[in-house]
Amino acid sequence: MAITQLSVFLMNQPGALIEAIQALSDAGINIRAMSIAEANDFGILRIIVSDTDTACKVLGDKYLFSKTEVVAALMSDRSGALYPILTALNEANINIEYMYAFTGSGPEEAYVVIRVNDVKTAEELLNANGIRTLSDESLKI
Amino acid sequence: MKRYYQPEIETAPREKILEIQNEKLVKQIHHVWDNVPYYRHLMEEKGLTPDDIKTVDDIHKLPFLSKADLRDTYPYGLLGTDLKDCVRIHSTSGTTGKRVVAFYTQHDIDLWEDCCARAIVAAGGTEEDVVQVCYGYGLFTGGSGLHGGSHKVGCLTLPMSSGNTERQIQFMMDLESTIICCTPSYAAYIGESLKEQGFKPEDNKLKAGIFGAEPWTEEMRHEIEKSLGIKAYDIYGLTETSGPGVAFECEEQKGMHINEDHFYAEIIDPDTGEVLPEGSVGELVFTALDKEAFPLLRYRTRDLCVLNRTPCSCGRTHVRMAKPMGRSDDMLIIRGVNVFPSQIETVLLNEGYTPNYQIVLDRERNTDTFDVYVEVSPDQFSDLMGQIQKMEKGLESAMRTMLGIGPKIHLVAPKTITRSEGKAVRVIDKRKLH
Repeated sequence: MAITQLSVFLMNQPGALIEAIQALSDAGINIRAMSIAEANDFGILRIIVSDTDTACKVLGDKYLFSKTEVVAALMSDRSGALYPILTALNEANINIEYMYAFTGSGPEEAYVVIRVNDVKTAEELLNANGIRTLSDESLKI
Repeated sequence: MKRYYQPEIETAPREKILEIQNEKLVKQIHHVWDNVPYYRHLMEEKGLTPDDIKTVDDIHKLPFLSKADLRDTYPYGLLGTDLKDCVRIHSTSGTTGKRVVAFYTQHDIDLWEDCCARAIVAAGGTEEDVVQVCYGYGLFTGGSGLHGGSHKVGCLTLPMSSGNTERQIQFMMDLESTIICCTPSYAAYIGESLKEQGFKPEDNKLKAGIFGAEPWTEEMRHEIEKSLGIKAYDIYGLTETSGPGVAFECEEQKGMHINEDHFYAEIIDPDTGEVLPEGSVGELVFTALDKEAFPLLRYRTRDLCVLNRTPCSCGRTHVRMAKPMGRSDDMLIIRGVNVFPSQIETVLLNEGYTPNYQIVLDRERNTDTFDVYVEVSPDQFSDLMGQIQKMEKGLESAMRTMLGIGPKIHLVAPKTITRSEGKAVRVIDKRKLH
């Protein structure tokens, strides 16, 4: 299970993001979800893309990047939906490093991407609590 | 008012100075030959014996010593006396791996303090003055040198050491300091702090400052003079030759008089080692004429400068050296600390970074800023911001340990550090000090 996120090191300066996005766009890659973490001098672009292998080739040795396994949980797009997910992780004392969420195409459909140290345990736990998690295949990556 | 500390020497006719130098040199050559096997070997390799050195005109025959010799012979290899005859050790600020240590007998301390006393009197110091010494005390020579000189002149000496600016200002005001001695950047900082606390330049009793141990500009001199309401004097020296006081400025402020009765100065071509004619820019080389414990002959300072032998209207007859215009090696002086780019490279490799870096030096409010840009490598990269920042902090502290001064680290993307003709530009110095 689990899905693959690409984490790209970018300079925290004008033009850095657009250049990377342009390269992915030119290769016909769709970004399904993204977030950016920033420090003073640099930032980390975190993306989930439609075609990880091609994206890796595009980023190639022009960018410093890594592949990271993250948990993507499906939830309904309504108030309180995140709560059971966090409760399950909290009860198992699993720490969340970072997370970001996006809404899906279906009615009342939303996803939350969660970065934890032990992806497998977290997924099993969520599934046992009746929460669906996605795989690269189910996202058609 | 007394104009000179030792008028008979400081204003001696040139022939007299030469006579003193020749006499001391002959004695010194025998002292070194008998007591420093390392230098004796260097002389023997050139086929020299003490008999070949009769006057200062023969000095050019002697082999050079450099910082590398000091490191190779660390700690006792260039010692000229028994350790039991030494009374003190000083050490250079931050150098690669091994530090350079210098030894002093009581005689060496006396002559060094005399040199500093000359500098203080040249800046208008008398026994009426209160001298606030805010150079660092300890292994660094700045504090002890000016402290000793101040004692010799008979000034009331405030051994403040550096730092704790609030206390510096309090003592300066309460005890009415009249002369301040520190690095020029610290003087500028004190000036700004005074202003921030609402003091005007005329509120303090300072009349002069003696500043050295790092490069500074004429603009900086004006700023310090304005902010503290003083006349600012330059002083030059290095631990290897004793410390501050090897040369100092008089009221004319057109170069620093070298204490030629103790230190013989030459200007050489840094590439060929040849002595250059009067008025040429070259590397400054010193021979200690009468130091006992650490009698360095023809020590290459790596400072580039010019000597001026024209008579000075202050009445002193000793040769003047211009403010150093740069270095003949890659050493950087940052906030008074010696830094070699190779040290930074060593730390990067130790910490698992690639040696792709760039040092950027600048001045902000008269204090050096020290930034190091480091290319992040796949080994350091993580999707977790905290992880990267932790490594950044680790690198910063490793740098501080190695250099004695902490740069601000900036992680940049691989292959982004400017390269000119394939060779990386390692140092960008925007301080415009020379």
